[in-house]
Parts: sequence; structure tokens; C-alpha cells
Amino acid sequence: MSDVSQPTAHPPVTDWVHDFDHTDPRWTADPFPIWDQMRKASPVVHTDRFLGCYMPTTYEAVRQIAHDTEHFSSRRVIVRDERPEVAKNAAPPITSDPPEHKPAKQLLLPPFTPDAMKKLEPRVRAICNELIDGFIKDGKVDAAARYTKHIPVRAIAHMLGIPESDGDLFIKWIHMILELSIKNEAVLGQAVQEMTAYFTGHIEARKKNPGDDLISYLMNARDKNGQPLEDSHVLGSLRLLLIAGIDTTWSAIGASLWHLARTPSDRDRLIADPSLMPTAIEEFLRAYSPVTMAREVVKETTIEGCPVKPGNMVLLSFPSANRDSAMFPDADKVVLDRKENRHSAFGLGIHRCVGSNLARMEMQVAIEEWLKRIPDFRLDPAGTVTWSQGTVRGPRQLPILFGKA
Amino acid sequence: MPMAGKLKVHVDPDKCQGHARCKALAPELFTLDEFGNAHEVGDGSVPAGLEDKAWLAKANCPEIAIEVTED
Repeated sequence: MSDVSQPTAHPPVTDWVHDFDHTDPRWTADPFPIWDQMRKASPVVHTDRFLGCYMPTTYEAVRQIAHDTEHFSSRRVIVRDERPEVAKNAAPPITSDPPEHKPAKQLLLPPFTPDAMKKLEPRVRAICNELIDGFIKDGKVDAAARYTKHIPVRAIAHMLGIPESDGDLFIKWIHMILELSIKNEAVLGQAVQEMTAYFTGHIEARKKNPGDDLISYLMNARDKNGQPLEDSHVLGSLRLLLIAGIDTTWSAIGASLWHLARTPSDRDRLIADPSLMPTAIEEFLRAYSPVTMAREVVKETTIEGCPVKPGNMVLLSFPSANRDSAMFPDADKVVLDRKENRHSAFGLGIHRCVGSNLARMEMQVAIEEWLKRIPDFRLDPAGTVTWSQGTVRGPRQLPILFGKA
Repeated sequence: MPMAGKLKVHVDPDKCQGHARCKALAPELFTLDEFGNAHEVGDGSVPAGLEDKAWLAKANCPEIAIEVTED
């Protein structure tokens, strides 16, 4: 059928509570008032778009669903216009449910502990400074294109033991999988095919010459029966690390710089008191959480009294949960020294982001090194800030001028 | 100031998902295993002067996995 890959039309939204669309340009540009409006109306809302989809709007509703793996499956974690067949070993453990989830997750955890990240930190600090060297003399930069994008790409490439210079390839695949494929299914298959071919080459090379990188680590890992992982499992995990590890942190660093570019008082405060940095990073994660996931209902149940049936999709908006004033006083304000911050930017429950320690380290190092070398900066009024659409939200164009206004 | 009893912290291993917030906020009181999941140091007794850190760790655990009890 030739019309299978035709993109579905998305008419502009006129009623966010009954007909929401997380790909609408207004949602992409400024979702916060939309979420507030939805949350005020109901703890769970529905749209007929995307073959029918629910969205919990409150922290409590999001928390309940994230913890309920019996009724809500992770076999589909992106809400799309179509429902392609679920692939085996799509991207374990993010697409796994119990009981397969735990062994797949435990395999990935040891390389991502805070101690492991400390060893990677000097390389990330050097990457940040190499990038800044490249544009600091220009007096201005598109920080999304020349700074925030490259930090996670190079860091994950370094961990995987693949050339940092292949970064542009990874970024192309991620764009195809997370943005274009929502409305054009064929793009997904093409991206997965290209990634599989790329990583198969690196796996074959390590069969001859084993290394001490993350790809070799996965190839040497054993499952619970003491058997090596199937190649498809190794490939799925590599896909996950690449997809989940890059534009997420790119977005989080970018949103933090965007905030600091517009808020001189917060910039001055962080420079005057660098000990605020860890709580500031947590607050940026809360206020500008990049990642929205999804679940598929597999057993009849209710969300805050609203009945849902097997086959229904649920848009799991951690970013909206983190703006819920019932959970966070002054939820719409960025409070750099917020004392209690149980934000859900990295998810809640068994699917807590495996790379959260990596993301935090990259964010802190990226902001620290930037502030050391470019303490004064502002948005370039001649440029336009643009944000990515869909599952991961962050600045994709971030024109910045250096120095005081 | 009223005499407070000695505090103890405990991480519920069934609830902990390895966010590692407690270790960041109170490294004297929590330790992480090879998977990055948290456990209290020793029997969880909170040395004098670290009480605030114990409460802070509890208040920032996204999984509500930390108990603070008074003897």
C-alpha cells in the first residue's frame, strides 16, 4: 500500500482539554500555559488524535501510572499517528516490562553509576572547552548548534568507543526516530536500519579486537542463564543509549542556558555562589524537563477515576507533572535553591532513566564551563529560538550574544 | 531546643530506583551499590550534626524510599 507512509494531517488545536496535540506548534513553543489549563480542567485528559490517547496532567496521576506496570506497558513508549507491530528487543530495558525488565536494566546500570561518571568528567570538561574555543572569539553563537548538541554526542561516543566525529550521523537518526517518525512511519524503519548497519560493523570489529568500551562490555555481558546476549539485544541497547542519551541532555543543557540567558539575576547568583549549582541543576531539570514518555494500556483500569481500556495509549508527561503546583510550591518559578525537589524529570518507578547520573554530570559541567568563560550573555534579538517537537523538548536554535547588553 | 532522640535512616530496597539524590545530598549517610541503588551507611544511625542532611535526603527522594526514625 503506497499510502501507508503518508503523513497524517494535524489541524490546529482549538480545545486543549478535549483535543490536545503535543505536536502542535504552540505546544512546542510554550507548553506551560497549555498544561496549566489542562491540569485545571482535569487530572486526565483525552484526544481522539493519534488513534486515541489519554494524558495525565498532575504529578500524582503521572506517579501512579509510572508505578503501575501491571496495567501500563512500556512496549510502546512514543505516541505516534500509527501503531506499528511491536518489535522484539526494540530498545531494552526502556521498552521492556517485568519480568524481562530487571535483568536488562541491571546489565546497563554499572557503567552509569555516579562513580563511573566521575571518571568521565574530565573528558566532558575538555569537550566543553574545546567547543567554547571554537566560537568564543565570534562574540555570539547558536549555542544549540555549536555547544549543547555536541556535549552528549561526544560523551556517549567516548563511552561506546566509537569516533566522536560520527556525531552528526547520530543526530540525524535521532531526529528521524523522535520527531519525523511521529507522522511518517517509514522514516523510523530507515533510521533503525541505518543504525543497525552502523553498530553491526562496530560489533564485528570488536569480535576480532575486543576493547574496554561500553560496546565490548555489552558483548561480554551474560544473561541470567549465563549465556551471552543475542546480537539483537546488544543492538537494541546500543540504539537506546544513543537515542536516549543525546537529544535529552542536549535539550536539558540548552533549556538551562536559555533560562540563564534571559535571567541575569540567576546567572549572577550562580557565579557568586557556585555551591548552588547542584540544586540549580535539579531545578532546571524540574522546570524544563525535556522528556515525555508513553505507556500502552494492557489491562482495564482507571486513571483518577477515568476508565481506560487495553490498546489505549497514555502520554506520560513528566514535564507537566513537574509543573503541578499541588506538588511544587511556586511551580511556575525557577527557584535555584529549591530545598525539596522530588521532580520526575528522569521518570519514576522501575524505568528511572539509566543515564540520569551521566545527564546530571554533563549538565553541571556544561553550565560551569560556560559560566567560567562567558559569564555575561543574552538572547540575540536578531535571531529566533526554536524548540524540538514531540517526545523530547529543548532548544534546537539558541542564538546568544556575549557580553552585557 | 528540646532534646531530640537519635535519628536513624533506612532505604527501602523495594522502593529505591537509584535516583541517587540521597547520596548527593548526604554522602555521609548513604552509599550506592554496583547498580547505583542506595543503602544506609552501617546501621543507619545519624551522627550528631547530620540530622538536617537526613531530613533533606528524605525530602528529595522521588520514590519516597527513605525512612527517618527517632529512637
